[in-house]
Order: sequence, then structure tokens, then C-alpha cells
Amino acid sequence: MRLRERLSKLGGMKLLRGAKLSGELGRLQDQLDRLRSEPSAEDIWQSVELARHQDRPYTLDYVERILDDFFELHGDRGRADDLALVTGLGRLAGRTVVLIGHQKGRDLKERTKRNFGMAYPEGYRKAMRAMALADRHGFPVVTLVDTPGAYPGVAAEQHGQGGAIARSQAAMARLSVPTIACIIGEGGSGGAVAVAVADRVLMQEHAIYSVISPEGCAAILWRDAAEARKAAAAFKPDAAHCLELGVIDAIVAEPEGGAHTDPDAAAKLLEHGILGALEEVESLDPGERRRQRRAKYRVMGILTSA
Amino acid sequence: MSSGQGRVDVEIESKRADEPTQGKVHPNTCPGCGSHYRDEELVKSLRVCPQCGHHFPVRARERIAQLADPGSFIEEDADLRSADPLGFFDVRPYTERLAEAEVATGLGDAIVCGAATIEDEECRLAVMDFAFMGGSMGSVVGEKFARACESAVAASTPLVSVSASGGARMQEGILALMQLPKTVCAIEELHEAGGALLSVLTHPTTGGVLASYASLGDVVLAEPGALMSFAGPRVVAQTTREKLPDDFGLAESNFRFGHLDAIVTRPELRPTLARLLRLFGKP
Repeated sequence: MRLRERLSKLGGMKLLRGAKLSGELGRLQDQLDRLRSEPSAEDIWQSVELARHQDRPYTLDYVERILDDFFELHGDRGRADDLALVTGLGRLAGRTVVLIGHQKGRDLKERTKRNFGMAYPEGYRKAMRAMALADRHGFPVVTLVDTPGAYPGVAAEQHGQGGAIARSQAAMARLSVPTIACIIGEGGSGGAVAVAVADRVLMQEHAIYSVISPEGCAAILWRDAAEARKAAAAFKPDAAHCLELGVIDAIVAEPEGGAHTDPDAAAKLLEHGILGALEEVESLDPGERRRQRRAKYRVMGILTSA
Repeated sequence: MSSGQGRVDVEIESKRADEPTQGKVHPNTCPGCGSHYRDEELVKSLRVCPQCGHHFPVRARERIAQLADPGSFIEEDADLRSADPLGFFDVRPYTERLAEAEVATGLGDAIVCGAATIEDEECRLAVMDFAFMGGSMGSVVGEKFARACESAVAASTPLVSVSASGGARMQEGILALMQLPKTVCAIEELHEAGGALLSVLTHPTTGGVLASYASLGDVVLAEPGALMSFAGPRVVAQTTREKLPDDFGLAESNFRFGHLDAIVTRPELRPTLARLLRLFGKP
């Protein structure tokens, strides 16, 4: 498995620009011990279904269980308040944090209001405003990612969807404060990574994180959206593979059967994961933390030399 | 008899004339006005239709020849090749698609990078080639772009990026998506070191490339008629059932909405980049 390779390499390697590695080594070893076997095609499809389960806890379900005194911040200060992305202030184990998270709706009415968790550029601009606020006041940023993707519509394009996603990533790469992202459901492509460039990226056990939806991939490569299972098995959007490929830093366990079976327990596990990750990066010097964050993304990818 | 036969011939002829426009149009036939050119005519006109001004696609090496001073381009990182991290197999294995693309294009992947001068102004160039798997961005495109940023910093020159891409490369799964933050982080480092990025969007620049480095230029230019949308017109039409405006996602529409600094025709591109390089250059 690739994680094992990575681990053996990390043992003897000096990180870019002298960043320290001892913490990462221990963390990888922990994670590795938990991964017993590679997920099968069935396991992967089960995660796709659980990640999209209609009863799966959404951002606000976790907010009410994890954060105290949550105060929602509305609007991008330009033209709209995108309800597909929620931003706000709250207290996490005694410290004020800025929370940014996608929000799907539970019933049809709310789903329409929230646009099924698919943000317009206005949503990413609201997120960037919240990030700037966090940086100004030294508040850590916690993002919860759960979107099928950024909204593909005429107005969204006219308002600059691609540029907004690019700039939101750039804003996260610039932050001096600690940043933790967790994929809690669907980590759908650019719409997800726009708010997931973080010091530590976590992923719930049955969340998925992918470059395209299984249906979209199947429609393009198999020319049949019904081949979504095959597509998912081929591009492996499950947490174990994301960890193995070095894309995420840790997997957050879920209650048996998935987060929806026991939202309170799922929230406890998530809170524990976020706090652990936050404590790892909070002690770092802000400049060093940002350097390490960029260095982590700088080495992502697998290639060879001719 | 003869007149009847004549009618039949006319019918057959008209059918034959219709077919190419519905199916495959010859790459040297202008989709704008139907004029047809020999390849050397198009090379001479910078692949712009002399009749109607349509901008034909330009391959990476030809683009470099159009932009850089003759003989000034020195390629960097030409040896990088895509691996197959997922063992990806759809109807064909990814490795087979890669090998085929390399043979067809003569390129190692969908981007060519290196040092060059434009009207004697030094720069680094990162030029994408749509012919290599639809200009899709996987680990190699991300890595070469990041290295081009670092090379620009080391040489204290601006980086000129010319993009043409269908988006992230599905066959590399989540690692393809990670090339978005990777290139974005590389630009942040470039900017922090005082470097500049001039981004030129050519037809088409969509998906993950638009949602990462192509949009982050200090100056963003596009060629006339270039499609630059995060989601393609077909996806938007299918998902939303909205009627798309005629200029949906095109450079002209993006300029109107404030996402571009200028639309620059191809003959003007080299002098425009030279002007900008001089403006960004150290006195």
C-alpha cells in the first residue's frame, strides 16, 4: 500500500524547507495500523451511498452538537447570501473558531433553499470573507465539506464560479491561523476543495472525496451514467484510498452502520478528531504552519520520469 | 431520362455535402465561415482564419514558436510522465490512453514548460496542449506548472501561462483534484517572492484548470471566442434545463462580467505579452 511506502520514505527524508516530521510519522503509523485491508468495490459503493444518505448529519447538525454559542454570519458583502454554504462564529472547547460548511437541505423545501448544498460564487465569496475575519482575529478555521459540487448554472458562470473556487483556495493557502477541514459527506470536486485547503484534512469513514461524481465519470468514460458503480470502483473516492494516496491526514471513525445511525456519537467522534488535529497545529509558529501547509500540497501527486 | 438522372445526382451530391458538417469537420476547415486552408497557410496566419477571424486551436509547440523569440525556448522538465496511481481502467486502461496520446502528440503530457524570451524580455512559459487527452490536468501537469513557478522565482522572471484544458484528469481520481490546490499554492509562493503570473486562456479552458491557476494571473487575458467556464455548456444545460445564452461561457461574456482584463487576438498576443513583461520587469 502506498501509505506504507510513504511512511518508509518519510523516515529517512528531510521535509521541504526543514519542516519537522516527527509528528507526521506518528500520525501516519496510527492511521496505518487501523487500515486492515484495501476497500473492495462493494465497500466503496457502500460509502458512496452512506455519504449521500438522506439522514446523514449535515453541517448544522454537527454545529449544534460541537459548537457553543454559534452565531451565523450571512452574506458575501457584495450581492447575496448563499445558503448552500454556512459561515459563522462559535466556541469549540473554549476557543472561538470560524466555521465554514456546506449545508444540504433535509426536506424538499429546504433543499431548494439550500440548492442541495451546491454553492454559487457568492457562497465562496462569503467563505473568503469569513476566512479574512478569522485571520484578522486569530481564530482557527474549521470547514465541514459536504457538496455534490459547485453549482453548474448560467448565473453561477456569469458570476465567476471558476475564479471564485480558485481564489478561495488561494485564500486558504494564505491564512496564518490554524485550519482544519473535514469531509463529512460528499467531497464533490472543485466545489469541495475550494474550502478544503487546510493544515489538516480529515475525512469521515464513509465520506467520499472525488474529482467527479461517479455518475459524471460513468457518463463520460462509459457513456452511460448507470455505470456509476464501476466508475466509483475505478477512481476510488473512499476515505481509505484518500489516506493511502496522501490526500487526507486522518480518518474520523463513524458509529457502526454510518453517521446517521447515531448523530450524537458521530458528532463526538468528529469533535475529538477536529480537536486532536487542531492541537497538533496550534502550537506551530504561524509562518511555519503556513509553510508546512503549502509544502504538503506541493508534493501531492504521483508521477515518474521517462 | 437524362434530366431524371441529373436530379438523382444532385440529391446524392447534396447528401454528401451535408455529412461532413454534421459529423467530422476537417481541422483546417473554418467552423466560422467554412473556408478551407492548407496547413502552411494556417501556420502563416497564426491559425487565425483570414476570412472571418476565427481562432483555430494551436498545439503547444506551435504556440511557443508563435510567442517566443526564435531559438530562445529552452524546455524544462520534459522527462516527467504520468504514473497510473489507481490502476485505472474504464473501457481501456489509462496507461494505454497515455501511451497513445504520447505517440499521437509527441509530448510527455498535456503541458510544455521552459525558459524563453518574448521581444527580448525573459520569462518562463507554461503552455498546455489540448491534443494530449483533452488538455486534462493530472499529476504531471500540476507538477510541471509548480516547477515552472519555482523556476520563474529562481530566475526572477514572470511566468506566462497559456491554458487549454477540459479540466482535471478523471483517470487520476482524487490526485487530479489535488493539482488544483497544488498549483494554487505554487502561485502563492511565486507571488510572495514578488513574481508575476500572466495567464492567457485559450479555447477551451474549463473545469479544474479554470478553477485553479488559470484564474489567478496578475493579469488574465483570453483569445476571442475562447470557452472559459467551470462547468461545460452541456452539463449546465442538462442539470439546470436552462436555455443557455448564445455567448455562454465565452471570453466575450466573461469580459463583460468582469472576469478578464482583456480579450487579445492572436496576432496581438506576442506584443501584448511583451508589453506586460516590460511593465512587470525590474527597472
